[in-house]
Amino acid sequence: MQMSVESRQFDDVQAGAPVLELRDITKTFPGVKALDGVSLELYPGQVTALIGENGAGKSTLVKTLTGIYQPDGGAIHVAGEPVVFATAQDAAAAGITAIHQETVLFDELTVAENIFIGHAPRGRFGLIDWTAMRSRAREILARIDAELDPDTPLRELGIASKHLVAIARALSVDARVVVMDEPTAALSHKEIEELYDLVDRLKAEGRAILFISHKFDEIFRIADRYTVFRDGTHVGAGLMADVTEADLVRMMVGRDVNQIFPERRKAPGDEVLKVVGYAHPTEFEDINFTLRRGEILGFYGLVGAGRSEVMQALFGITKPSKGVTRIDGQITVIRSPARAVEAGIVYVPEDRGKQGAVIGLPIFQNVTLPSLGRTSRNGFLRLSEEFALARHYTDRLDLRAAALDQDVGNLSGGNQQKVVIAKWLATKPRVIILDEPTKGIDIGSKAAVHAFMAELAAEGLAVIMVSSEIPEVLGMSDRVIVMREGRIAAELEGDALTPETLVRHAAGIGAPA
Amino acid sequence: MSDTSVTPRSIPDRLQSPAARLLASWELLLLVVAVAIFIANSLASPYFLNAWNLSDATFNFTEKAMIAFAMALLIISGEIDLSVASIIALASTAMGAAASVGFGTPTLVLIGLATGLACGAFNGVLVTRMGLPSIVVTIGTMSLFRGISFIVLGDGAYRDYPSDFSYFGQGYVFWVISFEFVLFAALAVAYYVLLHRTNFGRTVYAIGNNVTAAQFSGIRVERVKFILFLLTGLMSGVAAICLTSRLGSTRPSIGTGWELEVVTMVVLGGVSILGGAGSIPGVVIAAFVMGLVTFGLGLLNVPGIVMSIFIGLMLIGVIALPRVWKAWRA
Amino acid sequence: MSLLKSREALLGGAILLLLALIASRFPGFVAPDNLARVFTDTSPLLILALGQTVVILTRCIDLSVAANLALTGMVCAMLNAALPGVPVVVILLLAVTLGAVMGMVNGLLVWKLSIPSIVVTLGTMTIYRGIIFLISDGAWVNAHEMSAAFTGFPRAQIAGLPVLAWFGILAAAAMVLMINRTPLGRAFYAVGGNPHAAVYTGISVGRTQFWAFTLSGALAGLCGYLWVARYAVAYVDIAGGFELEVVAACVIGGISIAGGAGTILGTILGALFLGIVKNALPVIDISPFWQMAISGTAIIVAVTLNSRNARAKGRIILRKAQEQTEGATA
Repeated sequence: MQMSVESRQFDDVQAGAPVLELRDITKTFPGVKALDGVSLELYPGQVTALIGENGAGKSTLVKTLTGIYQPDGGAIHVAGEPVVFATAQDAAAAGITAIHQETVLFDELTVAENIFIGHAPRGRFGLIDWTAMRSRAREILARIDAELDPDTPLRELGIASKHLVAIARALSVDARVVVMDEPTAALSHKEIEELYDLVDRLKAEGRAILFISHKFDEIFRIADRYTVFRDGTHVGAGLMADVTEADLVRMMVGRDVNQIFPERRKAPGDEVLKVVGYAHPTEFEDINFTLRRGEILGFYGLVGAGRSEVMQALFGITKPSKGVTRIDGQITVIRSPARAVEAGIVYVPEDRGKQGAVIGLPIFQNVTLPSLGRTSRNGFLRLSEEFALARHYTDRLDLRAAALDQDVGNLSGGNQQKVVIAKWLATKPRVIILDEPTKGIDIGSKAAVHAFMAELAAEGLAVIMVSSEIPEVLGMSDRVIVMREGRIAAELEGDALTPETLVRHAAGIGAPA
Repeated sequence: MSDTSVTPRSIPDRLQSPAARLLASWELLLLVVAVAIFIANSLASPYFLNAWNLSDATFNFTEKAMIAFAMALLIISGEIDLSVASIIALASTAMGAAASVGFGTPTLVLIGLATGLACGAFNGVLVTRMGLPSIVVTIGTMSLFRGISFIVLGDGAYRDYPSDFSYFGQGYVFWVISFEFVLFAALAVAYYVLLHRTNFGRTVYAIGNNVTAAQFSGIRVERVKFILFLLTGLMSGVAAICLTSRLGSTRPSIGTGWELEVVTMVVLGGVSILGGAGSIPGVVIAAFVMGLVTFGLGLLNVPGIVMSIFIGLMLIGVIALPRVWKAWRA
Repeated sequence: MSLLKSREALLGGAILLLLALIASRFPGFVAPDNLARVFTDTSPLLILALGQTVVILTRCIDLSVAANLALTGMVCAMLNAALPGVPVVVILLLAVTLGAVMGMVNGLLVWKLSIPSIVVTLGTMTIYRGIIFLISDGAWVNAHEMSAAFTGFPRAQIAGLPVLAWFGILAAAAMVLMINRTPLGRAFYAVGGNPHAAVYTGISVGRTQFWAFTLSGALAGLCGYLWVARYAVAYVDIAGGFELEVVAACVIGGISIAGGAGTILGTILGALFLGIVKNALPVIDISPFWQMAISGTAIIVAVTLNSRNARAKGRIILRKAQEQTEGATA
């Protein structure tokens, strides 16, 4: 545990002044304003927690801070001086390093190389000095108590070890600002404790830390300050000592005051789907639940809790190793999405661009894709039938588009989502699974999607809604299943359904004292 | 955001009329190029505007175009088959071997088609069942199929085809209209209908655009791709029959390098090498363009190898120019 | 260690087995003299495959290498025929420079215009070939037109090996050094393995691909001179179709066409495997016509074996599954 990486003295920062300051940062993507005039200050020797729901803009901020994205407006100041990060290397040169949420590592390279790629130690003739790289990698790994051989190819490591490599990579730069984007998501209890030690040491060295986490216990354990984002805006900041968990939850999910969910008459009908003993070797196990006609069943959990994986198994994308699906009491084996659609189960995936919409095809062709059997005659297309079917469902969803032969790629996120939902409604399904149905779409489209879900349920469709947004889960669901680490952590209904119970079960925190 | 309260209203089917779309299409641009080459050729050589010469010129592209139709579908679906010319060699060798032991024309045709189908099925199994990248698989089978021809024939040749076998590559249906040209036209129509007028064609586009979303929409992706490899193999078999009949002999080097000409024809026709876009009319016009360039320059005594510069420049130019234009405007 | 199970060890074992089989009937084949001859004969393939390797590592492909080789070779031969006094060193430099420039053309089109590399190099392949005809007018440059120094250089013996073989060894050594010890070498892996993550580490994907093409072109240029001087003849069609043999050597050597995976050692072994097969066939009295089918089969077997290693697994969410994977690698 010897500190061998020498720490630079940051004399240019005055005592009490922030080392890094973001002012009025704005970043817009087609169809969505990811950051809307946000500000953030990081102080040397202090941990600032960045808190917000999924889609609040945290990841966009991290990417802006590390030079992956360039902001549309606002300024970044390092030690009081304005800076512009055109590339990731510029940000690194300014002493900003990050442990990204997604592993931005290279499977074919060794542990040592992954730590040092882009700034490998050089020896004679400017050649990479492998000996120095290995020994420095060993030092850094020892510093975070990671028992990894620097020469192991990364592909041979598990997720937790890869994460340690990502941490080591961030520490290989002598950084004044360390960004940690959900660093504990994949770590075990012991590893998390070690990470806390590391954070304490980085603090002691005078580095500023931006710590992004969904877990309130750890935020209170290590953070000195907090900043809360909601829907791409800055809603609050201050000292941790001045707030309670409840305050933070309120700030984070406070949208329920300005978001109205449709009134719903809750009268679920017969059982339509029953899942018994679903298991997968690595993704989930012991999944049991039932779903009734006219019901909206919410699936809540942290990102990576295994919710989407269960849904994709149900839809025939992946194969469960154990378990039975019954539809209307009949055991139904679903080995492919094609079979799932025949059985009346459809899936609106979270990743719209990759899995949901065929963005290079026109709207009407997207809508009719799984229903071509109905719009065609003897296998030959009938365009008028296709347009009629597409128009029927897109009208119902209040789609905003110039024409039905417009490519889906030209629509906003919310309207793309409507096309995907229309596509599935056209197949007249019995069970519709919506995976993060309003992620990254504007408020107006969100309301439309919510209203429509209520309408579908009222018509007797059984709806499963996977969502990480607490207001949405509370506002829409009749019943909620909370998943954690691939297992069902709780099934909540009625009075038991509160923001606190959801957060506690999802994060695995015990009941309040 | 405030407009969500507006009552639903119908979205028009089309923003532009089909005619307006055609005006801005790649196919029209290509057609203009084809006509320009035609006119330039007529002016440059007095021998160009001669029915028999023009008829002869069609042989420059008909056989390749037959393969190009199936290849277009395959490339639109996001795969590629570089073994087509080798399938020609193998199918031709199989027919030659059968002919040498006295089989008649109908049997030879069947053998040619069956060999093509078998080769296509072999590629298809490796790509769709084993999940291997098609470019590597078909570089491998490209060597394998032609390699088998070399093993069978060495530096020899099959020549003893029955006399009525020559009809496919040398026969004329009516006046200057050759059997090959009629077959080419019929296949063009058939592939046009298949790609643009059937459910199957629609799924090909969906797969090429976004294979995951297509799978997530309940399309049986692997089955569609397997059928496309079968079709490409089959068309190579058809081309083998025509080419063998036209040449009247089989050597293992038959059709060498055609795979790249076929791919060039497909890409020149506006099919995206990344999949998801392209049309049969585009490929048909590209076939004429390539045929006319070859023939016209041939009349001017420009050797074939120099024409390939034009083809290569066109291939890169047609993709590069729109991108340069876009970058320059931005 | 996983060394014993690695692709390279497997291929190395296959080569030794192959040599042992041949030696059991024809011990002369494994005599040092003959092995040196085989290596010398394989050197051009090896050098080109080294360049192709870096291109494939970055998720691209370079089909223009053989045409580049032929064009550079022709320029060198014509220069020698016109000005016999120009020293070989100058010609070597010219060859490498000319080859690199042609590689840069490919690289720029891929980098700046984002045209898929297969389309770019398919186009430049035909263009480069065509240019050979333009500058040579289709004529051959024969042995008697070349100076003794020009043709003698690749055959000159240094420490018992011809210069050609030394170039192969030198290129391999330099490539191993470059790949393992320079930031650019590691960037090839990063860009091909995870282009998205490469951006996070500040590596430009397009620029890295540009340098891969430049390297491939430079090595093709080098081979251009060596090839023409060794065979003492230059004409339009030299090394026709050789680009696919080069890709085959890489694939057999375990370079993944999906990019980012494979080693220089693998490529060396892949090239040697093809070289040994080619040279052994006449010795063991199998018609050399078998060579093509054998290399095709080898490609298919190699890509099948490689994909078996790289089957995608699901996400690891369950604690017990995490602990298992950790346990397996600890």
